[in-house]
Amino acid sequence: MGDILSKYDIFGAFWVTIQLSVLSAIGALVLGTIVAILRVSPVRILRLLGTSYVNVFRNTPLTLLMVFSILGLSFILGINLSQDLSRNAYLWAVVVLSVYHAAFVCEALRSGVNTVPAGQAEAARAIGLTFGQSLREVLLPQAFRGAVAPLGSVLIALIKNTTVAAVILGTSEAAGLLAKITENEGASLPTFFLFALGFVILTLPFGILFTHLSQRLAVKR
Amino acid sequence: MDDVNPTAAVPSDRTPDTPRDPMVVIDGVNKHFGDLHVLRDINLTVGKGEVVVVLGPSGSGKSTLCRAINRLETIESGTISIDGQALPEEGKPLAQLRADVGMVFQSFNLFAHKTIRDNVTLGPIKVRKKSKSDADRQATELLKRVGVEAQADKYPAQLSGGQQQRVAIARSLAMGPKVMLFDEPTSALDPEMVNEVLDVMVGLAKEGMTMIVVTHEMGFARKAADRVVFMADGQIVEVGTPQEFFTNPRSDRAKDFLGKILTH
Repeated sequence: MGDILSKYDIFGAFWVTIQLSVLSAIGALVLGTIVAILRVSPVRILRLLGTSYVNVFRNTPLTLLMVFSILGLSFILGINLSQDLSRNAYLWAVVVLSVYHAAFVCEALRSGVNTVPAGQAEAARAIGLTFGQSLREVLLPQAFRGAVAPLGSVLIALIKNTTVAAVILGTSEAAGLLAKITENEGASLPTFFLFALGFVILTLPFGILFTHLSQRLAVKR
Repeated sequence: MDDVNPTAAVPSDRTPDTPRDPMVVIDGVNKHFGDLHVLRDINLTVGKGEVVVVLGPSGSGKSTLCRAINRLETIESGTISIDGQALPEEGKPLAQLRADVGMVFQSFNLFAHKTIRDNVTLGPIKVRKKSKSDADRQATELLKRVGVEAQADKYPAQLSGGQQQRVAIARSLAMGPKVMLFDEPTSALDPEMVNEVLDVMVGLAKEGMTMIVVTHEMGFARKAADRVVFMADGQIVEVGTPQEFFTNPRSDRAKDFLGKILTH
């Protein structure tokens, strides 16, 4: 066990996992919010655009999107995010994780929007707020609070889904390294549990934090 | 024209004793909800400073009419204009016009995530572009006027229904509206809280605010209304002074309605 810890940079691999998670989470939250705004906008074509986005990315396997980014977009179409091969794969992983989870963020936010009674939007419009102002000042702040719990689930799923990036990243993040160790050293339960524990340490605080937040931020009606 | 009710022949637009400049002009307005014809050829002019109370049984279209005046409900035909300006389509001009039209809802609709003070200052800051300190000062004044200044830092859920509704009135007043719409403002209140809200409304009426009030409060209609509009089945059946309407209703529909509510 100590042998494996000294031979392989497990902390480094988890550090990459954390980086992937943080960057993709930011990307997914920003993109997901935009898609959610499209889905609740009063303009039909924008709503259609938002709905299509969610349907496409929510229903496509993440592994397929990962592979497509490198094989399809990068190798065949020549869209490279970096000249350095591993850097290119890393950036694509962030983009794919962001794009994929934005669909789930959008749906979490939309479920949050649904917790806001219609009267709130009517009152906002009645005092003369524009559509954008109503969203910013009244609807989204309440929707975010109502969406905290489902957003927590999406972020936890995102952290675990970073392991899918192993298909294009090779061994730099945790799941890839686990595969490499297994291949070189033979399968061992302790190694497996060590990696599982790593993920629990990453995700468990999130679960507790979000449950706490969803109770503290809840809008009382 | 098969939906013409004989009683609808009563002129819906009586000139009050002293002629007033029109504030709200509703002209030939129609609307359907599916098969239901909720607004049938509505004509009504509300003068500046006038208080019009709209009465009628449930489903008569009175709330829909009230909501159509600031375009929370769209209309299919006819026109509605406020202070000489026709209601614009969606967008900035509509938002600007809505800022001039106060609206008080049955379910209060205070912004649940904002304090009482922030509920009142939001519109003045974002729409009227007032400074925070000016808006705060004005909010304190208005909250004092409706008697809830002590609750300024609380959240809506911590207030009673009557208090919330008075805050909602203060929120509307903060915009300096030309006309105030009240959509059954006391219907969701416990009986002992009705009067505290009505008192504020009577005060407003006395100060000369133009008001259109959809309500079941006959006492308020008698006390504060310049005119009573009686609606049934989507049309305006009768218009008159409260005195005329309550003592000598002309239409059978109104007699029937008053008979049902005034016998208890």
